Amino acid sequence: MSGADFDAVTAILVVPAASAAALALIANYRVSAVVNVLSSLTTLLAAATMFVFKPATGLYFLVDDLNIVFIVLNTFVAFTTSVFSASYIGHELETGRLTPLHLRFYHAMYQILLFAMNLALVANNIGLMWVAIEMATLTTVAMVGIYRTQEAIEAAWKYFILGSVGIALALFGTILVYMAARPILGEGLSGMVWTILNAHVAEFDPALLNLAFVFLMLGYGTKVGLAPLHAWLPDAHAEGPTPISAVLSGLLLNVALYAVLRFKLLLDANPGAVAPGPLMATLGLVSLIFAAFMLYRRRDIKRLFAFSSIEHMGIIVFAFGMGGALANFAGLLHMTMHSLTKSAIFFTVGHIAQLKGTQRIADITGLTVTQPWLGWSLVVGVFAIAGLPPWGVFMSEFLVVTSTFARSPVLALLLVFGLLVAFGALMLRLQGMAFGEPTGGDRPSTASSLPIGAHFGLVLLAGIYPPPPLVAWFQHVAAMLR
Amino acid sequence: MKGLAFDVAHLLAGGLVLVSFMQLYQTRLYALLNVFAVQAVLLSLSVAWQAWVQDAPHLYITAAIAFLFKALIIPIAMHRIIARLGIERDVENVVGIGPTMLAGLALVALSIVVMLRIAEQADPLAREDLAFALSVVLLGLLMMVVRRNAVSMVVGFMSLENGLILAAAGAKGMPLVVEISVAFSVLVAFTVIGVFLFRIRERFDTIDSGALDRFQGDRQ
Repeated sequence: MSGADFDAVTAILVVPAASAAALALIANYRVSAVVNVLSSLTTLLAAATMFVFKPATGLYFLVDDLNIVFIVLNTFVAFTTSVFSASYIGHELETGRLTPLHLRFYHAMYQILLFAMNLALVANNIGLMWVAIEMATLTTVAMVGIYRTQEAIEAAWKYFILGSVGIALALFGTILVYMAARPILGEGLSGMVWTILNAHVAEFDPALLNLAFVFLMLGYGTKVGLAPLHAWLPDAHAEGPTPISAVLSGLLLNVALYAVLRFKLLLDANPGAVAPGPLMATLGLVSLIFAAFMLYRRRDIKRLFAFSSIEHMGIIVFAFGMGGALANFAGLLHMTMHSLTKSAIFFTVGHIAQLKGTQRIADITGLTVTQPWLGWSLVVGVFAIAGLPPWGVFMSEFLVVTSTFARSPVLALLLVFGLLVAFGALMLRLQGMAFGEPTGGDRPSTASSLPIGAHFGLVLLAGIYPPPPLVAWFQHVAAMLR
Repeated sequence: MKGLAFDVAHLLAGGLVLVSFMQLYQTRLYALLNVFAVQAVLLSLSVAWQAWVQDAPHLYITAAIAFLFKALIIPIAMHRIIARLGIERDVENVVGIGPTMLAGLALVALSIVVMLRIAEQADPLAREDLAFALSVVLLGLLMMVVRRNAVSMVVGFMSLENGLILAAAGAKGMPLVVEISVAFSVLVAFTVIGVFLFRIRERFDTIDSGALDRFQGDRQ
């Protein structure tokens, strides 16, 4: 182990934590927006070095081929979101929705959230991971409520209560995993370390592991936004500041998904335990079909895309639940594509809502005339997220459907049905917003085109010509996931 | 000695479940808070007993935190909030007390059947503790479901956390990191809740979360 190994993990934790402290002290919001961007960029660069110098595994931190995908995606979207946020918040200050003090709080919280998510991803300890996810939840609760309107407070309250119950159930599951490990591994820290658990899981008591997985699936599943437990998600997305909607959809859902995947790996390795796949596939499919129908009744643009996130998390969980090399590959690809596309859509929607002064879909019409750049970005984004070729989402959805057809045609039919229903709803809503009668809001926008362009560029690249090293990497990880 | 250790742990954990039931039928907020304080005292005794039986001194810290924070500070602070808001009689149940108690009984039966059968290999002390802990967790959840008032939802949540700490203390040798973090997260959670209660009071003049449901998302 060289010095460089140690630094990458430390850097992605220390940089956000230190900048959070600094941002809490900086009063000028322009300066803090720049600091926010620079700090996120540093974290991204540090994360990227992990591909070259793989950090050593200790009792607390672990970087392997699976979580490196999550970490790099996480830091990349966090960086682009900070660029978007810099062009977004100035307007909030002008309209008086936020005060300079709120912005200080907002920037510090943004970095704490980044710290908590990175910690959850690199943790080699199920307890530490739980603490990090809890911290990320509390941070986002505070951010969702930042506008202090009646709706924002209700959204934050709902998110807080459902999130805490989810996190409490996950803790009970974590304790049960430790109880299962104790007779084999003895007392103390080793019963909570991923790498040690994975090596010995075959000897654990299967019944206790089964029960633990039920709690973990319900607990972390709440945070993923799976169907019966999703109620917090649309409100939290719609009422918080838009950069937070982007981070919630693009990143925090993935972090919770990562926790579920790790525990799934654990159960898969125990011959006596029930297979976690069917449970995940069922929850995923239910989420997909439910969210697809709910898309039709949305009147608020951010809520529309929040339900679309539930739909896509359903597809991803379904793919991982089906398992096998192809479905896992499709799940990983879909997760990456969804993160990039959905956050870019939220960037676009954020600027649109500011220019139009409303989030009601009925009041947002004729965007391609009044705001050509934003209007067409929205069109591109909705086409991409609805799964039209040549975008990357098409590719991953296609792979999910074909791999399912080979093994269970009935499930594949249900999946296709859900996808088509969602497609119809998105097209219906898009038509009015993009091509309807133009209504006001045609002052020049200050939108920053870099984050939106970068995300759509990557999604297009993945759809047309996925870079071979990336494909090889994902195939390797998919094989690891079984 | 082994027999006594088991019986006392059993008694205390059973007491926690009993107090959880008592919370279900309280109709006044002050009474509810007092019952919660009793539960916290029982929890700290139970954790301290585990510390002695397992010879795990770090659990005494958890017990002390539970006592100071949950049995003293939180009930006093909540009393003040309630007094300032003048809502001491505002406990509204969505479901009647009779059905709630029956549902609670069913949940306890469920958790005992599930845990005792599953954890056969674990030693009896940990097993019974876990069964009681799951009962307390489920009763806390039930309380959050049947109450509409924000304060009693918060009490339900804290009662749920009590069950978690009981489970963590019963899991022999579970690293200290986790217990402290649990206690700490409760603290954080409470400050967040406190902030919320204040804001909710300012905006709505009520902390009945039913009033929040006026805003139902898309039905504008």
